[in-house]
Amino acid sequence: MSSSSTLPANPLTRPLAARPGAVTLFAQCLVDTFYPEVAEAVVTIFARLGMAVDCPPEQTCCGQPAFNAGYRRQARAAARHFIEVFENAGDIVCPSGSCVHMVRHGYAELFADDPGWLARSRRVAERTFELTEYLVDVLGVTDLGARCEATLTYHDSCHLLRGLGIERQPRALIGAVRGAHLVEMEDADRCCGFGGTFAVHYPEISTAMTAEKVDHIVASGAEAVVGCDVSCLMNIEGVIRRRRLNIRAIHIARLLAAGCREDLWHA
Amino acid sequence: MHKLDPRRYRQTARTAIGDPVLQGALANLQHRLKTATAEAYQALAEGPGLRQIAHDIRRRAIGNLDTLLSELAERITQNGGRVFFAADADEAVTHCLDIARRHGVKLAVKGKSMVTEEIGLNPALAAAGIEPVETDLGEYIVQLAGERPSHIIAPAVHKTRRQIGELFARKLGIAFTDDPPTLTLAARRALREKFLAADMGISGVNLACAETGHMAVLSNEGNIRMSTTLPRVHVAFMGMERIAHRLVDHDILIRLLCRGASAQKMAGYVSYIGGPARPGQSDGPQEFHLIIVDNGRSRILADQTFREILYCIRCAACLNVCPVYGKIGGYPYGFAYSGPVGAVVTPLMTGINRAADLCQGETLCGACRQACPVDIDIPRMLLALRAKLAAGDRDWDVVPAHPAEARLFDFWAWIMGRRRRYDAALSAARLLQRLLPRENGLLRRLPPPLSGWTESRDMPPVAPQSFLQRKRKRGK
Repeated sequence: MSSSSTLPANPLTRPLAARPGAVTLFAQCLVDTFYPEVAEAVVTIFARLGMAVDCPPEQTCCGQPAFNAGYRRQARAAARHFIEVFENAGDIVCPSGSCVHMVRHGYAELFADDPGWLARSRRVAERTFELTEYLVDVLGVTDLGARCEATLTYHDSCHLLRGLGIERQPRALIGAVRGAHLVEMEDADRCCGFGGTFAVHYPEISTAMTAEKVDHIVASGAEAVVGCDVSCLMNIEGVIRRRRLNIRAIHIARLLAAGCREDLWHA
Repeated sequence: MHKLDPRRYRQTARTAIGDPVLQGALANLQHRLKTATAEAYQALAEGPGLRQIAHDIRRRAIGNLDTLLSELAERITQNGGRVFFAADADEAVTHCLDIARRHGVKLAVKGKSMVTEEIGLNPALAAAGIEPVETDLGEYIVQLAGERPSHIIAPAVHKTRRQIGELFARKLGIAFTDDPPTLTLAARRALREKFLAADMGISGVNLACAETGHMAVLSNEGNIRMSTTLPRVHVAFMGMERIAHRLVDHDILIRLLCRGASAQKMAGYVSYIGGPARPGQSDGPQEFHLIIVDNGRSRILADQTFREILYCIRCAACLNVCPVYGKIGGYPYGFAYSGPVGAVVTPLMTGINRAADLCQGETLCGACRQACPVDIDIPRMLLALRAKLAAGDRDWDVVPAHPAEARLFDFWAWIMGRRRRYDAALSAARLLQRLLPRENGLLRRLPPPLSGWTESRDMPPVAPQSFLQRKRKRGK
């Protein structure tokens, strides 16, 4: 895809001296509930950069599951809670492209008829960043000192790639991991078939899509697929494990926090 | 004949997924066109940004649809053509049948037209004793097979050359072959006779031009040119949104249409038709009729949320990239229009509740928008349709589609409103998941309403401690 090469340099990039001492973490409900180690990895990454991570204890969900399923009243309730929890934070970092997309673009749709909440949501949205975007574009860092001897392939998640235009940042970060060899799979940018409630309502269609994704991962020869959204990874891994394949699905934060291959393979 | 009905979405989709021939054909189509179309946009002299300019051209045209259509009608009438505004499918079909009866038409040759599929013209013609013959090769194949088009631009994409060979042997009485040039020649020979014998030519309209009073029709086979010039009468059907203001708009839109449809710089044949043959002209029909079809489009136009779908120029680029269409093909959408555009248009034209599966059966991946030559935000409209299904909507006569699911989301919203409740929900889930079968640490089977997930996938269990619970413990 060529969109990344035409993107202008990010005006947000801050010189080293202007880096904030801390970021605020929105863990994402799926990470918090099913993959706490991913949030731990985010904390490790920022610790290496000398930055503290603040985690508002009241955080829950951005509201995306309800929004995508059409339940806007219910989504607004969760979104208002999110805004109240995060509106006094500094830079908010989230290890999920689809949640950041929700905050940046979904809230505008959700609060289109509510100027007060719309303005509040905008102020939060302006300071909410996806993890790889924050590292590469805002902090200007690609090498986090990680090491992992493995052949890896990268899955572009939909909202991250087409919604936020984030494509080169994760690849640059993976490229800087010592020992890691990145191989591109066919159709890396094609949806994995998750789609929230879609996966539950239309399991046949969903898994037909996931099967294609897993076939491409296998064909790439990679030992693990890396992604920026645990939703996709949970879906892909669900099929990988059902098929008893010896391939890992790894969130990029864990890769970037890894000191060696064993950190990811025997965790 | 396939029974097309969006209420059979899941069922038809399942059949499609289980059909290896279809799976191969769809993969081949998408593989061929996805990259080629993206490259064709890149190769535009103005760059892919032309899509946004085209979007604005379409927005302005749809915003001024009333004046543009009356300008078009006036010019066509001045040129000796006749224009009829059909409020619905019935009116459009009846008007065409009236014209046919007046001229004693027995045989009508047709250029490819999705709007005639939409209004059900072919069965109506046949019922009136008029033989409609599709002359686009793909449409001809589908018609011979007694099927319906499964793709807007490539109607017979679901058929292999072997199947077509068998079909032609049976229907055209030729010796079996699966050699495409030989098959094409056989169709050409059969169609040539029809062209010469036809009393009426029927076509669609790719894009009309208000300023000049013409309508552009595109093809790669020359069949539309034959259908619109050889018979005595030409009837053109046009969805009322298919118009641009100026000829310079056509330059942009038609270049994008050809790239979006087939990664071509330009279709093989582009005709501009503005009326019947003039006195002294040797080519062209004696009578020219344009039937402008509303059939629910005014209602879409009146709703700011969905008006954008009328910008569509029916190129099918969204079908060629959609990962869902790539698995299920065109039939599950249950109407003339399939793929992402069908998922928005069909509910709006045939009933949102009736086509609920179309609104919900996508992942919102955004590939359609990225491929759209006029940059239509299809995911936004799918979300808006889902919102109507969730809460009901009086303007669109929608009743809440899933009251039980709505209550679940009410409960979900209540939980998400306080961390305390969220933590309690996690504790409850941890207790409940003890009852579920596990393998290698993953859950094998989930109870309803989540059972769909584990039909073919494992699921990670809720972690013994959430990240925030771990933090809290450490903080103490």
